[in-house]
Amino acid sequence: MISPSTMQAVRESGAVPNADYVLEVESVRKEFPGVLALDNVQFKLRRGTVHALMGENGAGKSTLMKIIAGIYTPDSGTFKLRGQDIRLKSPLDALENGIAMIHQELNLMGPMTVAENIWIRREPKNAWGLISHGEMRRRTEELFKRLNIDIDPMIEVRMLSVANRQMVEIAKAVSFNSDVLIMDEPTSALTEKEVTHLFQIIRSLKAEGKGIIYITHKMSELFEIADEVSVFRDGKYIATKLSGEVTRDQIIRMMVGREITQMFPKETVPIGKVKLSVKGLTLNDVFKDVSFDVREGEILGIAGLVGSSRSNIAETLFGVTPASAGTIEIDGKRLEIKSPSVAMKNGLAFLTEDRKETGCFLLLDIQDNTQMAVLQRRYVNYGFVQQSQLSKDSEAMAQTLRVRTPDMQEPIINLSGGNQQKVLIARWLLTQPRILILDEPTRGIDVGAKAEIHRLVSQLAGQGVAVIMISSEMPEVLGMSDRIMVVHEGRVTGFLDRKDADQVKIMELASH
Amino acid sequence: MTDTQQDAGKSLTGLKKVRRWPPEVSILLVLLGIVLVFEILGWLLIGESFIANKQRISIIVLQVAVTGIIAIGVTQVIITAGVDLSSGSMVGFIAMVAASFAQVSTNERAVYLSHGWVDLNPIFPIVVGLALGALLGLVNGVIIAKTKIPPFIATLGMMVSARGLAKWYTLGQPVALLTDSFSWFGHSFPIMGFPVPRPVIVFLIVAVIFHVLLTYTRYGKFTYAIGANPQAARVSGINIGNHLIKVYAIAGLLSGLAAVMTAARAESAQPGMGVGYELDAIASCVIGGTSLAGGVGRITGTFIGTIILGVVTSGFTFLQVGAYYQEIVKGIIIVSAVVIDQYRQNLRRKA
Repeated sequence: MISPSTMQAVRESGAVPNADYVLEVESVRKEFPGVLALDNVQFKLRRGTVHALMGENGAGKSTLMKIIAGIYTPDSGTFKLRGQDIRLKSPLDALENGIAMIHQELNLMGPMTVAENIWIRREPKNAWGLISHGEMRRRTEELFKRLNIDIDPMIEVRMLSVANRQMVEIAKAVSFNSDVLIMDEPTSALTEKEVTHLFQIIRSLKAEGKGIIYITHKMSELFEIADEVSVFRDGKYIATKLSGEVTRDQIIRMMVGREITQMFPKETVPIGKVKLSVKGLTLNDVFKDVSFDVREGEILGIAGLVGSSRSNIAETLFGVTPASAGTIEIDGKRLEIKSPSVAMKNGLAFLTEDRKETGCFLLLDIQDNTQMAVLQRRYVNYGFVQQSQLSKDSEAMAQTLRVRTPDMQEPIINLSGGNQQKVLIARWLLTQPRILILDEPTRGIDVGAKAEIHRLVSQLAGQGVAVIMISSEMPEVLGMSDRIMVVHEGRVTGFLDRKDADQVKIMELASH
Repeated sequence: MTDTQQDAGKSLTGLKKVRRWPPEVSILLVLLGIVLVFEILGWLLIGESFIANKQRISIIVLQVAVTGIIAIGVTQVIITAGVDLSSGSMVGFIAMVAASFAQVSTNERAVYLSHGWVDLNPIFPIVVGLALGALLGLVNGVIIAKTKIPPFIATLGMMVSARGLAKWYTLGQPVALLTDSFSWFGHSFPIMGFPVPRPVIVFLIVAVIFHVLLTYTRYGKFTYAIGANPQAARVSGINIGNHLIKVYAIAGLLSGLAAVMTAARAESAQPGMGVGYELDAIASCVIGGTSLAGGVGRITGTFIGTIILGVVTSGFTFLQVGAYYQEIVKGIIIVSAVVIDQYRQNLRRKA
């Protein structure tokens, strides 16, 4: 075993041993309190390839990546970088040894400029030993040119869209001249065009001989960009295949360990009377003149590109940002929805798009996370929470949704993204909503959990709940919706019935 | 850690259950450690026991009862990711006002002698004190909720103004010669040979009430929710502004109660009362495991944190350490207690 600093020196001298695999990890084991996250796992990454990592939430992909990126230390196992044994001590150590991770949750500093974010800790200095902003800008521009990214290096990161922040993250990772790039669901917040751009970048990085680890839940991306795919399940390594040699179904079977018979288990249910009627809804400078009806038992899909203000419409309906004009009627009664609590009083529930920002109480346990919304309306007697009844009901709900956790007292931060999402859905279902707004309900969620959530939404519709579902995933919108409303730049550009809708028609309306 | 490996009980999904110690355990150990150190040093240096002295224990709890009452109010403020710097100054002002309604008629310089408001039933000064505390807290809360300025700034303003009010109220004169029936609340009474000061009883009652309030009521749940993630709390239908107003008003109410207790115990009031109490209270909270980032904290922890501060002060006096050294070491102990607690919690998380 050689030390990371020697490794770095060897690397800088250019005398890098020419191994076929840039990264090899074997028999890796990692245990967290109550959870065996990785059990004797292996993973090998070839130079100049894209290696996709697939598995359900909680399969151990993220844990493995965090070990590779130096964030966690494994309990046991071997770790070879460019054919040499190495033991990473920290993320910094990993970076200096040529492993860069682009996180699913972006880690940029909002009030600082793009250039400052990229070169932080490595700022070019001038003759006085002070930071040279000109040089920093020049280097950033050079980097962006190489990656074909069009962002002003001097703009503050908080002014950028999610997609652009992602590009900055990628540029930053590339700027370390890393041999191994880890991308954790890089496309989850990107539009189709941006995804194409990202794939171009990935291909050019590949051509430079870098190894790219690509975590994804999207099957189509796997076949488009990956050379190899490794599948994990329940903390165990299942198999590695060439992506040209496997089928979609085979991968799904390896991931779930069972057959998923129906991806979109939509039931045909009787559609009732108009539950929610929106006319001329406007939020100044964001969206204008949005009108639609949703009926009991109906699922209205809202499609549109990222930035089309789909989510803003949902927020306004729920009173997070009250409308500047227009009317909202529920059961034919006109309502002023000034705040979320008014919305909830009228039977609305809203699963937000951003789990971390507006969904989870990360410091609190699953029990508290599940019960927080329903306390507004029920389970409270003279200010006292009727905890035994509430605990029973919320545990039952968590069980129905198959939340994977040792108990309800587990801090929600210890759950995987998909399980956190299930907890948030449980939170809203406890309020027994009559109108359910779902914003990207299955983003970043594995196939199995996705199907469960879809089945559940279908069931709710069957019970007469009016559902509004915003989604960036075409198959989901097409598979689940009775009707689809398409939004483009703050305006409704059209409605499509289930029987007429297809991907092409939606894209036409969405890009108008 | 051993506590993660035992007891694989039945769980939601068959995953191994983790048995958790309550978070107070570590801080309780710190307390016991400190007591033990004083005990050993006591025998070595002075030749007597530190804890086997009823008088001393009584003094320890009496000393911390007042800041303890404040700390309980501040705990819930800090859980919402706020802070209250105004409690010490409020104690000064409210003690003045409350005492002025508790003066005896034989005092020629009684504040309200000319109005005839002397020899009043102690109910009056107490109600006035509590109401004034709640009102000042309400002002804090409304400013924070409506203008959205940081609680640090809002309560800093109140801290400065309330101290000014305390001095203005009698133009700097102390308020003395209070009725016996009012001072009664500050006195001790014997339980099984222990002299128990009444403020200590009040402290205990308040601690129990607020433990229940934070743990078993909607008010408590929402307090944690707001501190843990205000945006998520808002989307969950919680009216954050209204809730914060309640939280700060209640903190003010407890400052009022602390003020009344201070005046009753001292049998007088002067404008300089309560200086630094807000910092002792905040120290008690953080020693007890309350996170200044919000969302985390318990009354039981604050209670132990308060006792730790009392033990340290009393222990140094016991060892005849000079007052200057006391403060120096007290600061170190505050920081170390939190460092140890954090270190232990990190260990547990990584285990």
